[in-house]
Amino acid sequence: MAARDGAFGWLYISPLMLVLVPFFVAPILVVLAASFFQSDGFGGIITTPTLQNYFEIFTSGLTFNLYLETVKFTVLTWLFSLIIGFWVAYFLVFHVRSPLLAIGLFLLCTVPFWTSNIIRMISWIPLLGKEGLINMALQRLGVIHQPLEFLLFSGFSVVVAYVHQLTIFMIVPIFNAMARIDKRAVEAALDAGASRFDIVRLIVLPLSKNGIALGSIFVVSIVMGDFFVIKVMSGGGSASVVGALYEDVGVLQYPSAAASAVVLTIVVTLLVTAILRTVDVRKEIAR
Amino acid sequence: MTSGDHPARPGEVSKAMVSHAIAPRSSGRPWTFYVLLTVFVLYVLALYGPMICIYILSFQDVRGGLVFPMKGLSLHWFVDLFTQVRTGDVKGAFERSVKLAVIVTVITVVVSFLAGLAFRRRFRGDGVVFYLMIGSLVAPGLVLSLGVGLLLHFIGVEGSWYTSAVGAQLSWTLPFGVLVMFAVMSRFDRAWEEAAYDLGATRWQAIRLVVVPILAPGIVAVALFGFTLSYDEFARTLQTAGSLNTLPLEIWTMTLNVTSPSLYALGTVTTIISFIIIAVCLGSIALIQKRRASNVPAY
Repeated sequence: MAARDGAFGWLYISPLMLVLVPFFVAPILVVLAASFFQSDGFGGIITTPTLQNYFEIFTSGLTFNLYLETVKFTVLTWLFSLIIGFWVAYFLVFHVRSPLLAIGLFLLCTVPFWTSNIIRMISWIPLLGKEGLINMALQRLGVIHQPLEFLLFSGFSVVVAYVHQLTIFMIVPIFNAMARIDKRAVEAALDAGASRFDIVRLIVLPLSKNGIALGSIFVVSIVMGDFFVIKVMSGGGSASVVGALYEDVGVLQYPSAAASAVVLTIVVTLLVTAILRTVDVRKEIAR
Repeated sequence: MTSGDHPARPGEVSKAMVSHAIAPRSSGRPWTFYVLLTVFVLYVLALYGPMICIYILSFQDVRGGLVFPMKGLSLHWFVDLFTQVRTGDVKGAFERSVKLAVIVTVITVVVSFLAGLAFRRRFRGDGVVFYLMIGSLVAPGLVLSLGVGLLLHFIGVEGSWYTSAVGAQLSWTLPFGVLVMFAVMSRFDRAWEEAAYDLGATRWQAIRLVVVPILAPGIVAVALFGFTLSYDEFARTLQTAGSLNTLPLEIWTMTLNVTSPSLYALGTVTTIISFIIIAVCLGSIALIQKRRASNVPAY
C-alpha cells in the first residue's frame, strides 16, 4: 500500500505543480530578474544588470511613507477584523445552542465572501457620502448640523471597506478552531469556579490561537497586497505600496515596478513567516 | 454557554456548582449572550445593509443619483448598462467572465481533488509543495499579475483571458481548492477505500465508485470556491487578460469613470449571478446530504 501511494503521490500532485511552476514560481523569478534590469523608457527592458532600481527605492523618502501608510491600514484592519471576527465566532460556537442554527448563521456570514469585492466596496458610497444615509440621519436627528466629511473618501472609509471585506477571513478559521474545543473543558472550568472572563482568557483564546494566526495571515497579506480599496475609498487621498507599483506599470516603468514588487514580496513573506512561527498551520489545516 | 456565573459567596459555592453540574443549560441566557447577540446582529446588518442599499438604488429612473432618496422606480439603468457605449462592453465582459469562471472551476475541481488524494499521506517533497501553495495564496495579486505579464512579454506571446488569465487565476483558486479539499478529506474514512481494494477494485474504480461519491458535497464546495473566486478576481487578471476585459476589470473601469446608477445596476446584476451560483451549490450539497440520510438501509 505504502509503496503504491509513494509513487502515486507525485503523479497526483503533478497537475498542481504544472500550474504553480509557470504561474507562481516563474512569474516571481521573472519579476526578480526584471528588478535588476533597466528600462528604456518605452516599456522595453535593457538587460544590463544594475542595482539602480533598488537604490532609488531605499533612498526615496516616499518609500518609507508608503510603507508607513500601508502598514497603518494593515494594522487597523487586522485589529478590527480580529475583534469582530473573534466575538462573532465565539457567539456562534458558544452561545447558539442548536448546531444546525449555528451552521446556518455561519453560512449567512460567508455568503458575501462569494460575491464581488469591488461591488461590496462601492456599496458604502450611498451610506457614507456627504449626502449619504448616515449624514442625513444624523442631521435629521439634530446630532450634527453639517455633514461629517471624514466618513467617505478618507482613512476611515478605507478601514471600513477593508474590515467589511476581510472579517470573514477571521471568522472562518477562528470558528473552526473554536468548534474543536471540547465543551467539557469549559464545563470543568466552570465547575472549578472560573469566571466567564477566565474561560475566554485561559481556555478559548489559547485553543483558538491557530485559527487567529491563519486569519491574520489572510488579512495581512491581502491588505498589504491591495491597492484598489485604498485608491477608491480614500478618494485619492492615501497612497499604498501596490498603488505606487501600479502607477509604475501604468507608465511602463517595469524594472522599477519589479524592484518594488520584490521588496513588497519580501516584506509580506517576513510578516507571514513571523505569524507562521507562532503556530503549525499545516497541522491546523490538515488534521 | 451555561447559566450565569453567580458571584459565589462563601457557603453558597457548592450549591451554585451543583446547579451547574446537574442542569447547566436549564436557566435563562447569561447577559453576555445578549451583548454578543447585539454584536452579531450589527455585524450582519453592516455586512448586508450597504449591498442592499445599492440594489435598491439601481432601480431608480432617469433622474436617479448615487445617494438616497430614491428618485422614481424603473429599469432605466439596467437598459442603460447594456446599451450605452460609455459603460463599455458589459455584455461581452459578462460572457467572458462566466466562460473563464467555468474553465477555472473545472480545472480547480480536478486538480484540487488529485492534490487532496496525494496529501493524505506524506511523500518526498510534500512540504515544498505545501509552502509553494501557501506562497501562491498570499503573494500580492498584482505582483503575480506583473510577473505573468512580463513573462509573456519576454517569450513574445500575447496574453488573453482564456489562456494567461486562466493560469493566473488558477494560482489563486487552486490553493483555496486544495485547502478546502484537505478539510473535506480529513473527514474521509480510508477504511471504505481499503474495503474496495480488498474486494478487487482497481485504483480508478475505487476513486470513481467510492471516494468521489462519498466526497461529493466537498467537491461541490470546491467548485463553489473555484467559480466565485475566479468570477470576482481582479488583481491577478489585470495584467494577464490581454486586450479584452473581464467583468471585474469592467467594474473597476466604471468605478473610475461612471458616476451614474448604472454602476449600481451592474452590481445588482453581478450579485444576482453570484447568488444563483451560491444557491445552486449550497442547495445541491443539502440535497446530497438529505438523499444520503434517507438512503440509510434498515438493518
